[in-house]
Amino acid sequence: MTTPVIELAGAVSLIGRFPALAGADLSVGTGEVALLQGPNGAGKSTLLRLCAGLAPLSGGAGTVLGHDLSDRRERRALRRRVGLLGHGTALYDDLTVEQNVRFWTAANHGDLSTIEPAMDRLGVGGRLRTVPVSGLSAGQRRRTAMAVLVCRRPVLWLLDEPHAGLDAAGRDLVDELVHQAVASGATALVASHELDRVAGLATRVVHVVGGHITAQHSDAPAHGDLGGRGDLDDGEAT
Amino acid sequence: MNDPAPSQDAFESALAARTAPLHTGSKSTRVLGVLALVLLVSLLAFALVITPPEVSQRDSFRLLYLHVPSAIVSLYVAFAITLVGSIIYLRKQSVFWDLLAGAAAEVGVLFLGITLVTGMLWGKPTWGVYWQWDPRLTSTAVSFVLYAGYLAVRKLDMDPVVRSRRAAVLGIVSFLNLIIVRYSVQWWRGLHQGQTFDVADTQMDGVMLFTALLGVITMHVVFAWLVIHRFRVAWLEHQADEAGLDVALRERRAEGANV
Amino acid sequence: MLRDARLVASKDLRVEATSRVLTTQVLPFALLVLILFGFGISPDQQVISGAGEGTERVAILEKVAPGLFWLAVLFSTLLAIGRSFAIESVDGNLDALRMAGLDPAGVFLGKMSAVLAELLVLELVVGLGCFALYGPPLAHPVLLVTTVLSATLGIAAAGTLYAALAAGLRVRDTLVPLLVLPVLAPVLLAATLATEAALFGPDGDGWPWALLLGAFAVLYTGAGILAFGTLVEES
Repeated sequence: MTTPVIELAGAVSLIGRFPALAGADLSVGTGEVALLQGPNGAGKSTLLRLCAGLAPLSGGAGTVLGHDLSDRRERRALRRRVGLLGHGTALYDDLTVEQNVRFWTAANHGDLSTIEPAMDRLGVGGRLRTVPVSGLSAGQRRRTAMAVLVCRRPVLWLLDEPHAGLDAAGRDLVDELVHQAVASGATALVASHELDRVAGLATRVVHVVGGHITAQHSDAPAHGDLGGRGDLDDGEAT
Repeated sequence: MNDPAPSQDAFESALAARTAPLHTGSKSTRVLGVLALVLLVSLLAFALVITPPEVSQRDSFRLLYLHVPSAIVSLYVAFAITLVGSIIYLRKQSVFWDLLAGAAAEVGVLFLGITLVTGMLWGKPTWGVYWQWDPRLTSTAVSFVLYAGYLAVRKLDMDPVVRSRRAAVLGIVSFLNLIIVRYSVQWWRGLHQGQTFDVADTQMDGVMLFTALLGVITMHVVFAWLVIHRFRVAWLEHQADEAGLDVALRERRAEGANV
Repeated sequence: MLRDARLVASKDLRVEATSRVLTTQVLPFALLVLILFGFGISPDQQVISGAGEGTERVAILEKVAPGLFWLAVLFSTLLAIGRSFAIESVDGNLDALRMAGLDPAGVFLGKMSAVLAELLVLELVVGLGCFALYGPPLAHPVLLVTTVLSATLGIAAAGTLYAALAAGLRVRDTLVPLLVLPVLAPVLLAATLATEAALFGPDGDGWPWALLLGAFAVLYTGAGILAFGTLVEES
């Protein structure tokens, strides 16, 4: 296995008093595309937020890109290097598509010259550039958020349901972007319910249930086995 | 959550494994409590019966034996503890200091309330009105709201760690503001009129001075007793939360088995 | 830090330039408050002003115009800082700001500057409204400008700090006034007295208060720079 990008050992993360993650063990190497699967409320989003340095590490140990998650300062340094596409699109309704992408790229210390190509690539360039975000459809908002992510050039991509709300072309585009990023040395962690789609993309499927990792398949399965208990890698079944 | 009974047992055993104190009382605080009670009774005896009435303010002066010490304890002791506790909490993340800061502020606000009420009661016979825009009373009223806001933040329903950190910032900034409010209000009223009342100006004989001193000591002991107990309750709540967490972790991990 | 501040400030001002929430909603509200004060304090009521031989009868509204002006500004401030953090509290924007790796001190200065600029524009209009409606004289314009600038800086700094404290909470709208108003009480006091001196003279009475306002502004800007990171950070 290549050098680990994500190393979690018994990671606990609390949302208020609720242990959204209750002792998760996970190791993801450089260049992997790990697919997170599990029922609603299993802790997938919290796992992504933990790896982004947003959710606190309340117990256990965790390192992402060499940053110790238990240290506040380290977590802040980590955030600059990863890209998180969460449930929200993080766009200002009153600003245009271009103004949003430009602000966030500048805020993320990204390359401003990449804005134009990124918007064009995601299909929110041209006419849509000058449209206020409040006038966009849900799918177009997601595309704009993806454009921001592309300009950010993260080393680690954390995508929470990236296909949600997108049309077929948009979904293909997401897969293509992830492929490309990984090919150029990035790593990706993707939470998705769309097994068929991501199966081709993932190098590994990670099952998250009850706030911990129940099983891992080193290769993507051809079948949609949600409660899978086979092919134990370094997870544990309870 | 299917079966509450084992969960309850697990909770109790998890709680028992936590660090002391696991009770609100202890031998030394019981002594302190008795001392506080004795002091309070003797303060009442001295303030209401043994001391003579003041020359010009007569019997209403007796309120000040309670009013002045309450103000001193809340403004100079309680909120200073909150300040120190908040600073240490932000540096060391220790729950102890966070809870102590909160306990001191709670009792401090209570004492400020006593200060306000006794001040207004004293004002009625002295000035003829309950409220005179006296600099001290006015700034005390603002301080009361200031720290009521601090307590409101402590009671927010949110992530406990985030809440403690925000409360700690507030505990520090509030003290800064306490000073600004106090001096600006005094300056403001000072321009219009002199101090309406100054303890140093009144004629106090030996017994009255002793009673004033007794009041200060009594209120400090009462304050200490209240803060210690308030802190212990908060500490127990925290321990119960943590013990509940151990159980919640186990239940969370078991969710997978039921799917 | 300054780069981030400029970035955030221009973004906030651009949002306001497009949405015009402050100009179309808060500004009319402030002017309405000025008129309502006139209803609450009858315009015909007069007080005897001055001492000795120089006494004259002055309308109460004219006499208390400085206090009413600053009260109207304080109420508008609550709306302005609420708006400043409302645009960040939706759609994961706060998380994105945390992820961006912006300097928290820069974010604070940026949001504070935007609120400052918005309040200054509002005060210009409300101030003209005060002169028109209550008709006070203006004895010392320099003192007035100094007072307005230093008071508004303090209001913007403290307001932004406390709004950040309540950012992302469901009870934000009710909590912020409780937290901010006692903090701004000394500003109201000092700004009113300094403005009184600027309008009616003598200006010697006003400068110490303007100085106090300046000190408050410096203190709270410093507190905001130091504390903002702790406030917006999730555990």
